[in-house]
Amino acid sequence: MTFHDKLLALDRRWVFLVLAIFVILPILPFVKFSVPVTPVKEVREIYDFIEGLKPGDYILLSLDYDPGSMAELHPVAYAMLEQCYAKKLKVITLTLSATGAQMVEEIVRDVADSCKIYHGFKPERGIDYVYLGYKPYPGIIILGMGMNFRIPFPQDYYGTTLDSIPMMRGIKNYDNVKAVINLSAGNVSDMWVADGNARYGVKLALAMTGVMAADYYPYYQSKQVFGIIGGMKGAAEYEKLCKNPGSATDAMKAQVFAHVVIIIFIIIGNLAYFLGRRKTAQTQESE
Amino acid sequence: MKYIILLFLTCLSLCLSQALLAQTASSDPPAEAALVPSEPPAPPSNVRVSDLANDDGHGIRVTWDLSPDDGAGRSSVISYDIYRTLNPNDPDSLWKKVGTVVLGVRTYADRGEREPGSGSYLPKHTNLYYRVYAVGAGVRSAVATAGPAQATDDWFNTMKVPELIFCLVFLVLTVRFINMAKKGIDLYVRPLAGIEAIDEAIGRATEMGKPILYVLGIGTAGDIATIASFTVLGRVARKVAEYQTSMIVPCCDPVVMTIAQETVKTGYADAGRPDAYKEDSVYYVTSQQFPFVAAVNGTILREKPATNIYLGYFAAESLLLAETGVLAGSIQIAGTDQVSQLPFFVVACDYTLLGEELYAASAYLGREPLLLGTLKAQDYLKAIVLVCMVALLALRMITGADVISKPFDAPWW
Amino acid sequence: MKQQIPLVLVFVFGVLLAIQYFVPSEPSQRFYEVALDGLTVIGIFAMVLGIWSQIHVGYNKIKRRAEDWQYSVVTLVSMFGMAFCGLSFMGGLNGPIFRQLYNNIFIPIQAAIFSLLAFYIASASYRAFRARSAVSTVLLVAALLLMLRVIPTGPLADPINQIGSWMLMVPNMAAKRAILIGVGLGSVATALKIVLGIERSYLGKD
Repeated sequence: MTFHDKLLALDRRWVFLVLAIFVILPILPFVKFSVPVTPVKEVREIYDFIEGLKPGDYILLSLDYDPGSMAELHPVAYAMLEQCYAKKLKVITLTLSATGAQMVEEIVRDVADSCKIYHGFKPERGIDYVYLGYKPYPGIIILGMGMNFRIPFPQDYYGTTLDSIPMMRGIKNYDNVKAVINLSAGNVSDMWVADGNARYGVKLALAMTGVMAADYYPYYQSKQVFGIIGGMKGAAEYEKLCKNPGSATDAMKAQVFAHVVIIIFIIIGNLAYFLGRRKTAQTQESE
Repeated sequence: MKYIILLFLTCLSLCLSQALLAQTASSDPPAEAALVPSEPPAPPSNVRVSDLANDDGHGIRVTWDLSPDDGAGRSSVISYDIYRTLNPNDPDSLWKKVGTVVLGVRTYADRGEREPGSGSYLPKHTNLYYRVYAVGAGVRSAVATAGPAQATDDWFNTMKVPELIFCLVFLVLTVRFINMAKKGIDLYVRPLAGIEAIDEAIGRATEMGKPILYVLGIGTAGDIATIASFTVLGRVARKVAEYQTSMIVPCCDPVVMTIAQETVKTGYADAGRPDAYKEDSVYYVTSQQFPFVAAVNGTILREKPATNIYLGYFAAESLLLAETGVLAGSIQIAGTDQVSQLPFFVVACDYTLLGEELYAASAYLGREPLLLGTLKAQDYLKAIVLVCMVALLALRMITGADVISKPFDAPWW
Repeated sequence: MKQQIPLVLVFVFGVLLAIQYFVPSEPSQRFYEVALDGLTVIGIFAMVLGIWSQIHVGYNKIKRRAEDWQYSVVTLVSMFGMAFCGLSFMGGLNGPIFRQLYNNIFIPIQAAIFSLLAFYIASASYRAFRARSAVSTVLLVAALLLMLRVIPTGPLADPINQIGSWMLMVPNMAAKRAILIGVGLGSVATALKIVLGIERSYLGKD
């Protein structure tokens, strides 16, 4: 077996091993460098929209991802929620992921606590923000909220009826919120586009995992969504816009190394393929 | 024991559904801030009120001409406050503030609740009166009043005419092509390699004495991709029963599982081997994406199925499943309407049905006139959409008028 | 009869809900609300069937001592254990035990499974991105350019970003829209087939 044959038949475990080394290496504490991040238009539009809102305006954050996708979506959730609190917006949060309920509750609480340190005030539950919790069957919940938030969520996560929550009085449905930002790692984004935007005309923006992002650009161009934050890169860009570098900005180092490794493997694979092809052609000529 | 568990689960679901359906009582309206009038801006003029179009009969549209001090004059207007009452002679304190809009806005849609007990209830078929104030910094203008207007039901949403036309055209085309197919006119459907490979893949599983793994994706029973997948599942189950091999169908949704059980059972019955059907072969795993992947990947690595079929709605788990299938040495057939997952399937599977090819599978397999007719209607409608798109684009380029989005953004009458 | 009743129900509700989409009046909205409530209730009852199926399959495996039956023990113990720890007398979903299990077992396991994707993408890219033909060369170049967008390339960053954005917004969008239009029409066609009783696969009949 020649060298290029060996390369072409390379055991995938070698690829896994090399990738693992190069993902771990840059996140070790003694490796110090930073990756320049330039926010793209579709990310900046979401940031600018939230910045343009007035204190007291309502915004709905639907954090529809499970812990499996937290590496990519947590940074966006933290940065965006802090931005909303700092702008003194009234934030309605919920999750349509069964295993996300506790995780989202932690985010909402953590960011409210950190506001006290970084912005000098602590947003109050029920006055500045409300967490509605989780309900199953996302499509039905999105449609139900279009009629009235109280249909799928008669109470918030903590069991308080919506009408006894000060910031929810007089807040009926999507007509009362300036926009919905959906953070998703699955098909819930499709439901927000089809049921939230198409049926109720919700002003919608999406944040999602990197593998999903390319799928939603047609909706961005047709203005069905006004912004897209795609994967770790998008999250790092959002953190940069918020001047709030966090885990996504750090993780970009690993992401860059991983991409370099994949590119090198692709180049090696192609070199081996061409060498093999040339060798085959030479053999055929000599025959 | 199993009856106790079933009873417990039934009670649990009843409690959950009760909680979901519970409607809550209304709340008191929020208190209003007192305004101290001094140096007021000029009031808005020509206030008009009318029934809000395309609603459930609990909305009123209020429109006005801007205050002379709005963006001009003294530029002192910050916003407009809108108030409502049932009796125009009510004192100021009984007028209810229903909304505020920023300067420059000339209209407000007062959408109320349907329930009389609700704080923002807006009665139907009742005379309503409105006041609009221009608001400056801590001051407000003299009042501009209008009314009465009555909110009434609308029986057709005039914004949805394009959708209606689309549906009607599609219906007409479908009926026409179904009739053509019934008369025996040949309707050509191009070969779908992925579907044709299924028989061969089942044969391979029989020879190897290994099972077939069929994954319906992570969608719900309402997803079109899942529904299309049921058709293929029925066909696969029949073949599996005929060849006397076995199949495993892990499901990510309990409703999907129930339908899949029925489909597989019917497939076995159609093949004349209802006794060979094992209920445990179609089972529910979890509704969560990655735990589902873990379970299915575990099954692939333990059972080493000869053939893996992935048809339905897939997200990030597509490559996780398909690569594990490669590792297990299975023949793999995949199909999804999720465009971003298609490259992963193309890379890791032997055959892939792209987008709507999955929907066409039922017509392709069954060759029934009814199914072929709808497939043809779909193709013709696609051609009509394409022609309309090109024509409207050309018209827009020539005239410069917004002929593309206007029909969808404004009421038709 | 077993086939006719579901077909009639589907037809009646399909037609009514299609009409409801065009009718904004109050009775129409109330009907829609009732339909949504009904869907939620059905979904929750179906969940009972799902959980029952999980228990049934696991229990049978353990009883028969089928191959790898130990996994079923782990599954059932985890399922009942998590549910038990989430009960109110154990502190509920925000109780310390449930939180510990959720934060220290559930979250790392989920994240680990998703992270496998990076490794699988690497190995699949190594296998698939070969310049075998003109078309696959285009695919290879496009993939490399999009991956380079993430890497700091100094003075080349701007043009690479612009080319990458153009690829996403123009050729990618054109292809996606073509497939989306097909998928959209296919969805309408399938919905119509179901309402009219032409498509019956959901009844267990193809």
